[in-house]
Amino acid sequence: MSKDGSRLGLILLMAPLLLWLVTLIILPHIGLFVVSLSEKVGVRTYETGFGNYAVFFTEPLYWNTFARTAYMSIMATALTLLIGFPVAYYIAKLTRGRSKTTLFLMCLIPFWVSELVRTFGWMILLRETGVLSSFLQYLGVINGPVEFLYNDFAIMTGLVYTSMLFMVVPLVTTLDSLDDSLIEAGYDLGASSLSILREIIIPHAMPGIVSGCIVVFMLSLGNYLTPILLGGKDSLWFTGLIYSQFITRFNWELGSAFGFLLLGLSSVIVFAALKLTGQSLGKTMGR
Amino acid sequence: MTDVPDLECRALSKRFDSFEAVKAISFEVPKGSFFSILGPSGCGKTTLLRMIAGFQAPTSGDLRIKGRSVLDVPPNKRPVSMVFQHLALFPMMNIGANVGFGLRQRGVGKAQIKAQVDRVLERVGLAGVADRSVDSLSGGQKQRVAIARCMVLEPDVLLLDEPLGALDLKLREHMKIELKRLQSEFNTTFVYITHDQSEALVMSDQIAVMNRGVFEQIGTAKELYYEPKTAFVAGFVGEANKYRAKVSRANGKQLELLTEDGIALHGLDAGGGLRPGDAAQVFVRPEAIRLSRRAADTQDLGNASAGVVDSVLFNGANSQLILRDAANGAEISVALPQTGAFRDLNKGDTVYFGWEPEQTRCYRAEG
Repeated sequence: MSKDGSRLGLILLMAPLLLWLVTLIILPHIGLFVVSLSEKVGVRTYETGFGNYAVFFTEPLYWNTFARTAYMSIMATALTLLIGFPVAYYIAKLTRGRSKTTLFLMCLIPFWVSELVRTFGWMILLRETGVLSSFLQYLGVINGPVEFLYNDFAIMTGLVYTSMLFMVVPLVTTLDSLDDSLIEAGYDLGASSLSILREIIIPHAMPGIVSGCIVVFMLSLGNYLTPILLGGKDSLWFTGLIYSQFITRFNWELGSAFGFLLLGLSSVIVFAALKLTGQSLGKTMGR
Repeated sequence: MTDVPDLECRALSKRFDSFEAVKAISFEVPKGSFFSILGPSGCGKTTLLRMIAGFQAPTSGDLRIKGRSVLDVPPNKRPVSMVFQHLALFPMMNIGANVGFGLRQRGVGKAQIKAQVDRVLERVGLAGVADRSVDSLSGGQKQRVAIARCMVLEPDVLLLDEPLGALDLKLREHMKIELKRLQSEFNTTFVYITHDQSEALVMSDQIAVMNRGVFEQIGTAKELYYEPKTAFVAGFVGEANKYRAKVSRANGKQLELLTEDGIALHGLDAGGGLRPGDAAQVFVRPEAIRLSRRAADTQDLGNASAGVVDSVLFNGANSQLILRDAANGAEISVALPQTGAFRDLNKGDTVYFGWEPEQTRCYRAEG
């Protein structure tokens, strides 16, 4: 009786999760996969095959766009980590109580407005007639208006800004759990600040670094709005390619194949990065 | 050369905003001795230790190690090492890497680090564990690794911040002896802070009793126990029956007092300067009180009375009797002699008890 009761409870608890997984993730993906496997051979005639996937590897534009997207995302991840780590360390270790909460909230507040609004904010700052250009002209650094938008620098700025919270939160959590006396013990035993960072703080924060990097990398790779708005026509972002296949070209078959390639290749990159740094997903999630 | 103390504090003070945690403390710790700072929590002993280690800068005063002022020396350059309260072993490294950490920072060669780590681990009785993880050790073993990690650097002074607090009672008793043995083996100056008087009494050559930011008394364990100089020390070190009393007559150091319950006592003016009419605090150790079944045995002792057994707190060698004074109902605790003569004593029995005036230590009452 009670066993049946607990089983019913388990099913009820799992139901929303399963419903979400099945209807919103698994079913659409099965649909996409089926679509990606059908090749268009004539008007309204389709064959089943991997032709759409072959297109990706034979056409250099697609392949290069993906490589560029991956490279830019890795750079954005590294930059976010470099900027986010000191911020997280400051919040977790050097502040107490009220100011800690305030600083944490200040990291969070930009995320109360939508990504679109935040990106438009950057456009106001960076465009030809924008704040930065006007300010530099006022200072006399530049003579005429300069366009800061629509280049890789603008895309990178936008990506790092958008991802910062997702790096800072896991880092603050792991750094918070680092016992202060370990750092003091390091100093006491004669270590310099640099070797304490290298031998004590970073090894301890590794799970946070890994999970933060995975999230930021995936978010950057799958980001559509920021690269398109800040990078303009030349952005060449892989999600932009997928969008144009679906919406502009009405080539759902190729778009679906690209979608699956993005999923597969990004997983391969994350897996390779974990292997390369000697980390494992289980260790990261287990802590 | 030999008369330069390993550690010397001169009028060392630390002030946090309006709170003075350490008030102008001066002391010297001679080379190779075991020095304890004993005090209740919040007395400033941790602040004092952290100043010696260099984690906190003193507001005023000087701190000298082997005769040289170290005020400007950052903690990673000071010739002191610290065993932390929760040991602070690095969980991301194995035991060998933990012990070799300090040597690695000094740039010692790999082979030499390994040799020194093995040697120090052997000295603390943990040979051959260098490749194991920190978590695989028991509490007492971790303790020894923490000490080895400091001792491998051959510091002038080793600071210990209540390192036995996290251990269970049996292990704590064992580690007290172990620590004392390690200290004499390494022949290094240990400065040990604790709130546990038995840890301090068992291990130390010298003990400083600290209260509210000042040292109440510095002395050997015996001096603190038999000749406490202040009321705080008398109450904090060892057990004591406490009375509040008024001095009725003073003759040099000999006092006659009347307690609030109306008991007349003969006592010794241990703090000095008590005059008739002054309020005094009186301390009598339970083990200083003699018991007898005959009134004649105790009546010459200066302070004598009869009491009814209220309860027997049997705890092996530390057994106590709670007596209620037959004359005035005052409660007094008496150590039960271990000769077995009183083993058949039961609740409600009447016994005679008394103690000498020298064992009745009187101090000026505060406030």
